[in-house]
Amino acid sequence: MKQFWKSMLKSPSGIIGLIILLLAISVAVFGPMLFPNSPWRMVQRPFLPPFTLSTVPLGTDALGRDVFAGMIFGARVSLLVGLVSTLVALVVGVPIGAMAGYFGGKVDDALMRFTEFFQTIPSFALAIVLVAILQPSIYSIVASIAVVSWPPVARLVRGEVLSLRTREYVQAAVVTGQSNTWIILREILPNALSPVIVLASLMVATAILLESSLAFLGLGDPNLISWGYMVGAGRTVIRQAWWITVFPGVAILISVLGLNLIGEGLNDALNPRLSREGR
Amino acid sequence: MPKRVLLGALLACGLTASALAQEPRTGGVINAVIQPEPPGLMLAQVQNGPTQMVSGNIFEGLLRYSPKLEPLPELAESWSVSEDAKTYTFKLKKGVTWHDGKPFTAADVLFSMEMLKQTHARARTNLAQVDKIETPDDYTVVFTLKQPFGPFLGIFEVGSMPMVPKHLYEGTDWKTNPYNNAPVGTGPFMFKEWQKGSFIRLVKNPNYHEKGKPYLDEIYWQIIPDAAARSVAYETGKVDVLPGGSVENFDVPRLSKLKDTCVTGAGWEFFSPLAWLWLNNRQGPLADKRVRQAIMYAIDRDFAKDVIWNGLGKVATGPSASTIRFYTDDVPKYPYDPAKAKALLKEAGYKGEKIRLLPLAYGETWQRWGEAVKQNLQDVGMNIETIATDVAGGNQKIGDWDYDIAFTYLYQYGDPALGVGRNYISSNIAKGQVFNNVEGYSNPEIDKLFADGATATPDSKRKEIYDKAQKILVEDVPVAWMLELQFPTITRCKVKNLITTGIGVNDGFKDAWLDK
Repeated sequence: MKQFWKSMLKSPSGIIGLIILLLAISVAVFGPMLFPNSPWRMVQRPFLPPFTLSTVPLGTDALGRDVFAGMIFGARVSLLVGLVSTLVALVVGVPIGAMAGYFGGKVDDALMRFTEFFQTIPSFALAIVLVAILQPSIYSIVASIAVVSWPPVARLVRGEVLSLRTREYVQAAVVTGQSNTWIILREILPNALSPVIVLASLMVATAILLESSLAFLGLGDPNLISWGYMVGAGRTVIRQAWWITVFPGVAILISVLGLNLIGEGLNDALNPRLSREGR
Repeated sequence: MPKRVLLGALLACGLTASALAQEPRTGGVINAVIQPEPPGLMLAQVQNGPTQMVSGNIFEGLLRYSPKLEPLPELAESWSVSEDAKTYTFKLKKGVTWHDGKPFTAADVLFSMEMLKQTHARARTNLAQVDKIETPDDYTVVFTLKQPFGPFLGIFEVGSMPMVPKHLYEGTDWKTNPYNNAPVGTGPFMFKEWQKGSFIRLVKNPNYHEKGKPYLDEIYWQIIPDAAARSVAYETGKVDVLPGGSVENFDVPRLSKLKDTCVTGAGWEFFSPLAWLWLNNRQGPLADKRVRQAIMYAIDRDFAKDVIWNGLGKVATGPSASTIRFYTDDVPKYPYDPAKAKALLKEAGYKGEKIRLLPLAYGETWQRWGEAVKQNLQDVGMNIETIATDVAGGNQKIGDWDYDIAFTYLYQYGDPALGVGRNYISSNIAKGQVFNNVEGYSNPEIDKLFADGATATPDSKRKEIYDKAQKILVEDVPVAWMLELQFPTITRCKVKNLITTGIGVNDGFKDAWLDK
């Protein structure tokens, strides 16, 4: 563990990514406490440009709502959707991949055909259809993002497990009569985890983008403000009021960039070959 | 010299010189936006908004209506009403021909009524009071009513009662008649071609019955599906006319400021769209009158008008728009007063029960409006949850009474008997349908007032009845009236006389002309 942090902190991209993520998380957690005003409240005249009034530093939108408050409350929704839907995708994808890789044969065939079934459908189109059918709400959005993002996890885990399962320590465990569950959980998965962690950090970024795209298209939860919603609502007035779209757009850009940097840092830190070479 | 002749001809047509600041110039092509693409152009069978807009040039009705909703001659040149208000005699204009050259006669009127009763839901209701229709000669039509029906002269506009050619439709299957795709009317413009997804082209009717008209040679109705692209099409000069509702509201101020651009809110008087919130009177907190009144006090309607509709329109005072007949503002008032709303909610014993709000899925403006109303209601302590839905889903929920508050807007058709009563009388509660009394308001007194109002004579008696009905309704708040909507028409200033009647763009471009 110490080793991990050491190499993680050695990579500059990892550090930057971590800083960005921590910032975003603290904004999401503490921001609403510092700015208790609802982001839906009309506080000033509409289309107030940014940096004119200190009470609404980033200006107001088409209804006179505070863009800054929207950014802060939006961080909560965007990050929450990103994290939760990734977690759900892992919960679905890891067991399926592990079982397919470990048992092989017919189980593998069946599970992989099932996975491919999802992979053949364009993921964003599927997400749109799911949200539209289930009616947009925070739950349906998390569910649909999870549904479209678990297949790569399953395939990755399957590949890892396939290679690990022939290792001697696994065979030793089989010989000593350990149960399959025990072997998968205690012997194989911990060793297959590093690529999954890297993938997961990138999935959070993708999920944030997916949520933003859905909200941009008007398929967000109408009771929650998110960055994607703000961009979508401001898109049509971009020529009159650039700030309504630009600030939340930059927020999406930075947080997705941060998560990608973390992914890169994790990859460096967790890849034994890379750390040994010392770069 | 030709100009002088033209002006003389115009004056002969009965137009006053004051209506024409300049002499109309003949010639030119107009490009207008039509949004969305109409499903068909046979006005007697298809009733969508865009159909009415395009086909108003091809077809004509017996009458048209001034901005004050007084009947004006169109295919009927004069009309008279009998003493007992039960017989209406129309004298048809002579020398009117269909686009294929056949003369227009009373037989066509009789045939049109027959077809409309089967194909046009609103015409069917409007004609329900008619006992019989007779044609003593080729240019006279006599309607005999079962009982006096006050708004009868208000049902002959082209969209409500278009005249169709008997010689092309009689004895055929109306639905599959080939002329549905290339409609033939008596109007100032003739159908030429329709490139689906691109444009509809109409050309001048050289034999139009008003001499000298129309002034334009051609009209292109351009079909542009994206709202932003429609604004750009205007800015780049591809189109010259943006009819009401074809661009988003926030684009209106920007486009209005462009050089040589004229904006008008006129031309919607006949329709007078009125926006309101349907409140489900049946269940939950909204069954209490005080909660419904609180909603009226809680919503900042001036804000909606100024910010969401960019200052267009008017705050509604009650069930009638101020532009229709028998409107009165002598009703209880509901100014923006959150404190009073809170007090009323407290008095009614509202304890934060969840209330579902359905916005109207007609685009940006309506979505923003839903958000503003939600915030207004939350500010006085109501627990509002917005339900996201599309147009069809929203209609279904409202029709099934599965909502608490829902946005809508309805046309008023000039007379309370045609456009207002239908939303409040208890006989119009029908589950599964929208645009009737979906709020479930039931008041025998109101039922009686609207029944009496439709058939009472003379007009002063009708006014008395409708004044009373408006007062009772505004006190009861069966729905929360928001705004009288105005859909601005944006044109290049060189387009003159585009809108001359209360029917606006839907009345056809027969008076329009292009300045140099």
